[in-house]
Amino acid sequence: MGELKVHRVRFFDYMPTAIRAMAFNAHTERLALARMDGSVEIFNFTDHYFQEKVIPGKDSRSIESLCWVGGRLFSAGLNGEIAEYDLENLRPKYSLEAYGGPIWTVISNTQGTQLAIGCEDGTVKLFEVLEEHIQFERNLDRQKGRIISLSWHPSGTHIAAGMMDMIRVFDVPTGHAVQRLLVDRGIGGSKSRETVVWSVAFLSDHTVVSGDSAGKVQVWDGHTGTLVKTHLVTKWDVLALSVSKDESSVVAGTSEGTVIQFQFIAPTLHQQDKEWVRTRTFKNHTHDVRALAEIETAIVSGGMDTHLVVRPLLEKFDEKSHASGLRKIHFPHRNLVSCAKKAGLLLFQFPGQLELWRLGDSDGHGEKHTLSKKREMEEIQSISLTLFKQKGEDHICCSALSSCGGWLAYSTVSSVRIYRLQTDNNISITKVLPNPELAMTTKCIHILRYTSHGSVLVFQLHCIVPVYGSCPSAMGIHPTTNNLTMVHADQQLFEYSIVEKQYTDWSRKLQKQGLHNVWLDRDTPVTHVTFNPKNPNQVVLHDMHMFCIIDQSLPLPDQKTQFYNQMTLRSLSEQERPSHLHAFKICKTFQDLLCVSLLDDQSLVVVERPLLAITSQLPAPVRQKKFAT
Amino acid sequence: MAALYEGFTLCGLVPTQNASDSPIQGIELDGDSDHAVVTDSTRSVTLYKVSDQKPLGSWTVKQGQLLTCPAVCNFQTKEYVVVSDNKVIRVWKDEDLNIDKAFKATVSADVWRVHSAPGGEPVVLFQRGAVRLLDSLLSAPQQPIEDVLSEEEVIRWSTNIVAEKQHFVLFTTEQKGEHFLYVQRLNPNTLQKYRLEREDSGAPPLSFSASLRDKHINLLYLYPNGCVYQSVVAVRGPVELEGVQTLPRSLRLRLPVGEGKLGAASAVALDEAHVAVVGMPHPSARTGKDFLCIWNTNFQTLQAGKEMVGRIHGPVWCYLGKLFVPHGKALSVIPYECQKSSLASALGKLRHAGIAVSKSSVAVPSWNSLLHGDQPQGPAKIVDTRKSNGFIGDAQDLQLSVGQLACHLVARSQAETAFYTPGALAQLVQTQCLCHSVCPDLLLLALEHKDYFLCQLCLQLFPDIPEVVTCACLKTFIRSHQSIEMRLFNLCGGVLQTAYSDNFLLPHLKDLNAQQVILFLQYLQFVYLKFSQDVYTQTPGLRSPTMTQIIDWLCLLLDAHFTVLVMAPDAKGLLSNLESFVKSQVKLFSELGKIEGSLQELHKMKLSKDISQYSIEVIELF
Repeated sequence: MGELKVHRVRFFDYMPTAIRAMAFNAHTERLALARMDGSVEIFNFTDHYFQEKVIPGKDSRSIESLCWVGGRLFSAGLNGEIAEYDLENLRPKYSLEAYGGPIWTVISNTQGTQLAIGCEDGTVKLFEVLEEHIQFERNLDRQKGRIISLSWHPSGTHIAAGMMDMIRVFDVPTGHAVQRLLVDRGIGGSKSRETVVWSVAFLSDHTVVSGDSAGKVQVWDGHTGTLVKTHLVTKWDVLALSVSKDESSVVAGTSEGTVIQFQFIAPTLHQQDKEWVRTRTFKNHTHDVRALAEIETAIVSGGMDTHLVVRPLLEKFDEKSHASGLRKIHFPHRNLVSCAKKAGLLLFQFPGQLELWRLGDSDGHGEKHTLSKKREMEEIQSISLTLFKQKGEDHICCSALSSCGGWLAYSTVSSVRIYRLQTDNNISITKVLPNPELAMTTKCIHILRYTSHGSVLVFQLHCIVPVYGSCPSAMGIHPTTNNLTMVHADQQLFEYSIVEKQYTDWSRKLQKQGLHNVWLDRDTPVTHVTFNPKNPNQVVLHDMHMFCIIDQSLPLPDQKTQFYNQMTLRSLSEQERPSHLHAFKICKTFQDLLCVSLLDDQSLVVVERPLLAITSQLPAPVRQKKFAT
Repeated sequence: MAALYEGFTLCGLVPTQNASDSPIQGIELDGDSDHAVVTDSTRSVTLYKVSDQKPLGSWTVKQGQLLTCPAVCNFQTKEYVVVSDNKVIRVWKDEDLNIDKAFKATVSADVWRVHSAPGGEPVVLFQRGAVRLLDSLLSAPQQPIEDVLSEEEVIRWSTNIVAEKQHFVLFTTEQKGEHFLYVQRLNPNTLQKYRLEREDSGAPPLSFSASLRDKHINLLYLYPNGCVYQSVVAVRGPVELEGVQTLPRSLRLRLPVGEGKLGAASAVALDEAHVAVVGMPHPSARTGKDFLCIWNTNFQTLQAGKEMVGRIHGPVWCYLGKLFVPHGKALSVIPYECQKSSLASALGKLRHAGIAVSKSSVAVPSWNSLLHGDQPQGPAKIVDTRKSNGFIGDAQDLQLSVGQLACHLVARSQAETAFYTPGALAQLVQTQCLCHSVCPDLLLLALEHKDYFLCQLCLQLFPDIPEVVTCACLKTFIRSHQSIEMRLFNLCGGVLQTAYSDNFLLPHLKDLNAQQVILFLQYLQFVYLKFSQDVYTQTPGLRSPTMTQIIDWLCLLLDAHFTVLVMAPDAKGLLSNLESFVKSQVKLFSELGKIEGSLQELHKMKLSKDISQYSIEVIELF
């Protein structure tokens, strides 16, 4: 393979936004997650936690709470609206003004017939869930002070509402408040500050669990309205609570970034009386844990530090497996960078804008094995920056750059726009209307949208690739052979000949022999597939932690082969090397990858976004580690 | 000042047949600072826990064998090393009960000493001058050992020093009445030979002591006539010198020997200014008794002395603030302390570090020279030589006449009650040519006349106000101003800035009554809080006392009156305030210390490879 020139790019200032809310649908095993910018992401927990759908945000939309009703997803936010999402077309289906001021929370009853929302004006509003719509039903007794959190009793007869300094229990049929649970304020200086009950949970035995801004997790008897137990867990806020399905465990997320588990167990051995006991503390976040879900085998958490953490509960696993490992999902499972291979241009996609950069010219002389030959950015006249400020409110879904660098396209949920680019000396942009000549480009954008179906639509339905059980995470069509290479969330790799309408021989051989375990054990999906225009045998793909050049002319590795063999090959002599080569050439020099692409001049472009750079842009955490503590 | 504290006996000694031999071959440190490895002159090595005066372990070689070198500790492996019968090197560990069962190796030449120091590998010095690292020697014990010394040359004393990753072995030899110093540098190995200057009497040096200071090796040696010389060898000195150099020396101390000469005396350097000497009579005690004395070599003064019962045997060892002295039938351990001696501490606390030093060279006149024509001694001389002679003459004339004028005015004021010239006196004080010792009555006169302006001027400008007068001023100020007000604030500020010595001030402070103490404490607390609040705006002008001065006074006052204050109900609030304040300060400083620690860690951290925002790199894939 030899030496490769690499453009190492670190100037894509991609910044994920904080996670605000999440809701887990135990039936479909989908996790819906809302971010601060109003975007909603759906993760498929049966398919390697793959981020299968993304509904882009909108400037005016804010989501405080998410709620599944069957397979339907609802959100409510501080803009005072309830919205339902079209999960097929990945856009909001409709939104409804609730006329109660900002909405803090939305929940549904177990039967899935009603929604309840908690409003700033102190009302709890009930909505009836209809086939295609929801309809306002009635208000429960209006309270003084905002309703921050709600929890519906599994029987549907009562609702617990977390407010300022108190919790109210409502009788749903009559709409009257039947209990008033006063929540203590914090001690010391915070005594003058109202306690916000950020989260409540209503259990079947009428136990109410609350988490508040004074750092307490409290257990109440919902029948009598008495306090049973107080756990002071943090100096700051307890922001989120989640109850396991069997109600034997409650987890609480705090501003310190910890997740604390409480279990309903007998505090001493061989005793019958059970109580809520604080058992474990998990610390996978540096900032506020704003959203939590306790699922069958894991605790899912997210917050200000923007990454989603799936922390498996190891006692639920019998052996070490793929599912028993800790998962942190930092980057979206899709491409935010596109590369014009001929022109050496990069397009970076932000929610509200696009950035176009030109790569530097290299001097053309092969620099021998200097891994860190660096030059200053200014020296290489590399940067010419153009901003496409997204007009209007909708955020960008996807964007693409043609390989010649002459065309640029992007889409939002409502429109597709195509521009003609001239980048010779001065960059100029002209908006053009879609015409047949450009259908290829727009189709590419559409293809990205269709990837969630498990099958792939090519062109004007030329053919349908056989359905596979896992979502494709990346794919590409070879420019010369017209072979479609697909990588799935379960790390399987297929090559399909569009001409012959069947899997290629190489793909069959690969499936027959099976992929190497090391390849299958990786925990981030491949997000980009590209090809070597000079060598049709070579496919370039990457995930977050590595890039791989697959050379189809080389033998496939079997399970006994050393998979990451670059270091070994380096130490071997020229004569010994050929016998040790295999098809997967993997490089882990570059980390936190957002894009790897091969230019026409055979140089690689590597776009890195170091996690440390993201962390450094976050606000200071409330609790900082002190020296020697 | 230096002080010798109450000592204790570490172990008893069995006198040797030959009276001039010490019953102890050597005392060495262990890895633990509280351990001492004592090797006697015959067969046994004992490990003591010094603070408990208790042996932790003892190892003896067989009857008929003889230890010929003191046991040392190998700090890297925590093993002990000793040589028996000149050629057998034995290495054992703490937990080994029997030394005979431990490792031993016979080498091909006679060993003089094994030396070890923290941070360095043990080295073996052979009697013929060759040096080997212990490890490399033990890997091939029978390796040939070369002769470095000539035929009749014998080693008299040796030591080793580890300095900045450099390891040195120093040894002195005697040949036909001449004495030489060898400095053997290890890694790379170089050997430098120096000739010691011959003392007039031709007598050999009685003892040597080497220490490392400011990247120089200081060698201190004592002759029987009482002269202590110091020679300096640079650690990073030029190594290309060929042949035998004469080692330059300087006389550090001339001990009063009286008639006759010293016998088995020994001198060891404690720090740059202090030397401990054993085996010489105390200058003011009757002869025939042996003393342990600490001398200040800068001022040639005896700083502390202690009588040692029984005869002192030869050398003395000094480790970590403790002197190990074998005398009579016991090995005594005597803790000592040497404070940095400087002219400043002799004069009193510095008023303002930096400013005061430059000023005092002018303002402190050498009265001896003015009044009696004596030549100033010691350090004053150095100051004088820097100035031009003409300037000195003028300044002295001015000081003399100003002094006389002031004395006359004060005398007349005292004689005639109506006569008092505050303006003239203030002008004289402001010339800064006047000080308290020239005209001792001036300040008291001003105090008598309640001329607080003049008092304040004197307090600020006189460098030599006795503590009793300072206290008298303080008392008067407090008495005449019963509430904290600005005037008192200014006056007391002057008091705080005067130079004083704790020991002299304390008895006078005790004369204050409880009410005055509380008032003054309130004042001090007020000033401290004020300054700690606007520490940045505080200018280093003459009028504001520094934080350190305030705290020193606070401490002194509390020391002097603590019992009274504890009993006084009025003081309760004040004391608890001070306590909480001190607590917060201590906490602050401990936090700052932690921050310092972690910042230092940051310094140590390897700088990660700096990767810029854009670079073109070349990788190789196979």
